[in-house]
Amino acid sequence: MERALSRLYLALVGIFLAAPIVVVTGVSFNEKQNLAFPPQGFSLHWFAEIFVNPEWFRALIASVLLAVTSAALAVAIALPLAWFLWRRLAPWAQVFQLLGVAPFTLPPVITALGFLTFWATSGFYGQPWTAVIAHAIFFVTLPLVTLTLGFSSIDRSLTEAAATMGADDRTVFRTVVLPLILPYVVSGYAFAFVLSLNEYIVAYMTIGFVRETLPIKVFNALRYGYTPTMAAVSVLFVAVTAAVFGLIARFGDLPKLMGAMSSKD
Amino acid sequence: MRREPARGLVQHLPVIFPGLMLTIFFIVPFGTMVAVSFFRRQQGGFYVPDFVLANYARFLTPFFGNVLVFSLYLAIAVAVVSLIIAVPFTYLIARSRRVTQVLWLVALLSILSLSEVIIGFAWSTLLSRTAGITNLLVRLGLMEAPQALVPGFGAVLTGMVYQAMPYAVLVLYPSMVRLDPTLTEAARTLGASPLKAFFTVVLPALRTTLVATLIMAFIFALGSYLLPQILGRPSHWTLSVLITDQALYQSNMPFAAAMAVFLVLVSLALVALTMFAGKKLEA
Repeated sequence: MERALSRLYLALVGIFLAAPIVVVTGVSFNEKQNLAFPPQGFSLHWFAEIFVNPEWFRALIASVLLAVTSAALAVAIALPLAWFLWRRLAPWAQVFQLLGVAPFTLPPVITALGFLTFWATSGFYGQPWTAVIAHAIFFVTLPLVTLTLGFSSIDRSLTEAAATMGADDRTVFRTVVLPLILPYVVSGYAFAFVLSLNEYIVAYMTIGFVRETLPIKVFNALRYGYTPTMAAVSVLFVAVTAAVFGLIARFGDLPKLMGAMSSKD
Repeated sequence: MRREPARGLVQHLPVIFPGLMLTIFFIVPFGTMVAVSFFRRQQGGFYVPDFVLANYARFLTPFFGNVLVFSLYLAIAVAVVSLIIAVPFTYLIARSRRVTQVLWLVALLSILSLSEVIIGFAWSTLLSRTAGITNLLVRLGLMEAPQALVPGFGAVLTGMVYQAMPYAVLVLYPSMVRLDPTLTEAARTLGASPLKAFFTVVLPALRTTLVATLIMAFIFALGSYLLPQILGRPSHWTLSVLITDQALYQSNMPFAAAMAVFLVLVSLALVALTMFAGKKLEA
């Protein structure tokens, strides 16, 4: 009885979570250009459209480029900072930790507007790289959190042993620390990549009037004429996002990353 | 290798790049925004450096007051509904097998990371007349004819709960998993039903986390800007929508910046309240 009830509850929440995705997937298979559900006919035409239609394809490329580069920059900012905070006694550097977490905690429109005024004032508004920096700063929280967790799980006696054997700081980092921290680098990158791929408001306020990323393109399509291509893009995004988190779960410890165990365990 | 303070330029080298990036691209833009909020707007969409409080004075208009009250009301509704769904849900998955936990976490993280645009589009389709859920009800004979449920307050609320619920679960998850199972076992041994044990033992033990989650979900909902536009009418627009609208379409950057500063202050006050409540409840 008790088990059945809890199963039922989980199933209901599961349906709530899955329903919009199921409908959108159905819509994406429509044969004609309408958003009917259940789909009328079956066609993969709208998926091909993403790659064949130059406008959608340009948006896809813009999104992927932005996500790849901004996630890399976010890791490049987070890794030395997290390492420094772990390696050195420097309470003052905690300020940067706080700064790294702040943009993610505040409503996103704040960061977006901050960058809009900043790029407009400095005269770089509309340059493609401004969005890369904006996303890197906006999502630096994610690699920073995973890396801080990763460093705290390293047994310090390992690095001490290496140092006693005569390894200098650089060698210790390369041979001991880096291999241990690599899974956290990868998951931090993956988190930042996925979120950048899906982000709308910061991208829109920095480069939205000059070029379109996929979320911007979908939003514009929502306003100026529906097409099942939007549904196909959504399905593609759900699939990529789930695949990335599936990979993190496969190769990393997802419950641990989500804080299931305290860092001392 | 013992931790010691960094000495000399070389040992400080790793912190220089992150420090500069965060200062130049977070502190400075933020400061620019605060400065612009005091600037004077010029006809034609530009602004000139000045120190006026006119942008803040506009908060006193009934229009702004309505938007603010609606934003707060919507965020509270979203936070409460999300928590009511999330608490039993998180409790149940935290008790399940590890594989099940991982699967749910992947699903929740995926939904949480999905673009608001896509969530909005998905729900507007699900609630539409042509492809929506009402077609199913008609087929089951529960309804006469399919009906459009968007735009409307219910649609906005549903879409935002859909987005905030996974977030609430992930904030609750660590405490739920670490909760000592002997607590509920003891309650059960003493004759409490599972439901009673949940309400009298689990919930009180987690009260700090519950308050924190509620406030986090509230701030999260306060930041929503696309769902009210896609799923609602202009009367359902929130402060975030208004900020975007003023900045991009009305070209009134100073007023947009003033509203953004105000939104930051509200959020910070709430974070402070969370910490304060946490300390108070623990004491």
